[in-house]
Amino acid sequence: MEELRNKAKELLTAGTVKVVIGYGKGTGDARRPIFVRSADKVNELLFDAGCTQNLATYLTKAEVRAMGRMVIVAVPSTLRSILQLAAERQVREESVLALAVLDGTLRELLTFDAIEQTVATIPDAISATDQAMLDKLTARSVSERRAFWAAELGRCVKCYACRSSCPMCYCERCTMDCNRPQWIPVASHALGNLEYHMVRAMHLAGRCVQCGTCGAACPVGIPVHLLTFFAEGTVRRQFGQKGGASAKLDYAMSTFKPDDKEEFIR
Amino acid sequence: MAEQFEPKMTAFVCNWCTYAGADLTGTSRIKYQSNVRVIRLPCTGRIDFMMVMKAFSRGSDGVIVSGCHPNDCHYTSGNYHARRRWMVFRDLLDFVGIDLRRVTFSWISAAEGAKWAELVNQATNAVRELGPYKEIQQLAAVGID
Repeated sequence: MEELRNKAKELLTAGTVKVVIGYGKGTGDARRPIFVRSADKVNELLFDAGCTQNLATYLTKAEVRAMGRMVIVAVPSTLRSILQLAAERQVREESVLALAVLDGTLRELLTFDAIEQTVATIPDAISATDQAMLDKLTARSVSERRAFWAAELGRCVKCYACRSSCPMCYCERCTMDCNRPQWIPVASHALGNLEYHMVRAMHLAGRCVQCGTCGAACPVGIPVHLLTFFAEGTVRRQFGQKGGASAKLDYAMSTFKPDDKEEFIR
Repeated sequence: MAEQFEPKMTAFVCNWCTYAGADLTGTSRIKYQSNVRVIRLPCTGRIDFMMVMKAFSRGSDGVIVSGCHPNDCHYTSGNYHARRRWMVFRDLLDFVGIDLRRVTFSWISAAEGAKWAELVNQATNAVRELGPYKEIQQLAAVGID
């Protein structure tokens, strides 16, 4: 943590970066994102096991970008998000720098290539609990799954926290806000909620870095991340390409192979 | 006497192949079940996955999606993109608990009038046996509570 603060201080003093996007103290034991813009505030930076939120979300926010060159305190999923954002031309190499804390050591990653090499060395399996949930759900019958999601999504209040917390949901104008045609009812609605979460999963298929920040952001505790994990999983299985692995690759759903194999089209 | 249930089928078809194929079915005087409502779109690539969901929420009991065979797309690659989309969307539909027996995908060229008739008949019969899609209609009716 000292190392992180010193590095941040060094970068801010030298003026190479204008803002450090990192973790600070939240309410109780919680950690929250903070934006450090001067060297005398670096002591507010923290890094511990509670720092799990994927901060890459802020890289695409106009107000953060306006601050100048950014350095981001990164966990593995943040690095993947940076690569995916780079592949979608949402971040520029010269405007972002990553300080990755991996296995307790601090690594300064200056280029997308460096990030790519680092990411390739980190295993990207999802957590055992999430995997168990996915396995349990896929083992159930269709009607049981419908009942499960009807009960879970029935609690959704359409706060869009999942959308806001997701590093990949950066569209200025979202389909959800579009009212001509109105695809999804604005208010919480039994079928509308299901449709909203399906749209989110479809839009993230092939781009999701499986950080789980959406599920953690949900105020009513719906495991919304399982939907995006599942969609991303099916893309990986069928097209052999994963979100957040490279800064150069087109994302799986925007491209195709003439020999994509399926068995259901008659 | 109780009336037999007649399913509402919605078919999203591409303008260049399946629509022309369905037209051929008619001009060839091949009879098929009249439960299907055909919606013509420029290309399968235009068929947003939400259209399938909307068809269900507006009362469809079954959905057919059809377009040009691979390599025959009028726009070169629309159907290839669509195929990837369906490959993912179909899995997702299953994951959220939508009955896949109600969604039929196919490639039908402008020369396959008979195949269109057969497809519509098969899909309609399958959905007729499944009965009305109460689960989704209930969800749609629950609305905002």
